Amino acid sequence: MKAAVVVFPGSNCDRDLAVAFEQAGFDVSMVWHKDSVLPEGIDIVGVPGGFSYGDYLRCGAIAAQSPICRAVVEHADRGGYAMGVCNGFQILTETGVLPGALLRNAGLKYICRTVDLQVATEQSVFTQGYAKGDVIGIPIAHHDGNYFADASTLAALKDQDRIAFTYADNPNGSVDDIAGILSENRRVLGMMPHPERAADEGLGGTDGTAVFRALAGIVAAA
Amino acid sequence: MKARVHVMLKNGVLDPQGEAVRHALGALGFDKVEGVRQGKVIDLDLTAGATEADVTEMCEKLLANTVIESYSIEMK
Repeated sequence: MKAAVVVFPGSNCDRDLAVAFEQAGFDVSMVWHKDSVLPEGIDIVGVPGGFSYGDYLRCGAIAAQSPICRAVVEHADRGGYAMGVCNGFQILTETGVLPGALLRNAGLKYICRTVDLQVATEQSVFTQGYAKGDVIGIPIAHHDGNYFADASTLAALKDQDRIAFTYADNPNGSVDDIAGILSENRRVLGMMPHPERAADEGLGGTDGTAVFRALAGIVAAA
Repeated sequence: MKARVHVMLKNGVLDPQGEAVRHALGALGFDKVEGVRQGKVIDLDLTAGATEADVTEMCEKLLANTVIESYSIEMK
């Protein structure tokens, strides 16, 4: 099982994400933003949190145009698995792999704390380790996590059961309390909260490990 | 050749920064402000022969996120 984690200038959760993948049994390669191809035979690519390119212009906007992101988009278009966390979610919306956009938090403040998420669907490789309705404690750390999508996009997300996680107590103004969404083929997850920061008993709990374990289970069985 | 691009959040998209500025203006006693929207101005120095169509393409690809933002272009 192979995972790749993309590293941009300004990424700061890349190693955390790599460790979470490793603990689930993946061999992890770190991929630099200037690379134009992903390693051969990878099962999943992770786009980590942080402040890629200093959040210049818009969060994730410059990263979305980097050579490696073109490879990530091609990987996703071919039906490959990908997950973007926090800035990674912002980047995946900027590339168009996931719909919608992340706006400035409604309260304008950067928020860094553990929040309760509700698992909104168990129908994905990322969420099948939970039961729908489970409440899990996962850290958030963002200034621009206010998910926005137009009415037709929201309707599609709901009709197709593509909302992965919602906030139990909406911290940032996200429409319909959305914390994470799935692509149409359910193989790409984007979420603002950090499951990789809740994947070690010594560091903020283990409510996030099920994301990585479930993914590893599917990949190993394939 | 120069172009100025204005990027604004679309109508209907909440602009919490604009709201904060509106509150601050109110707190300073400026009571004639009903709303504030905050955006970006991007000035481009262009080579001779660049057209508005070129700048439009730049806006669509990078300068604006058309999911949430609208843009306008002034060629100078």
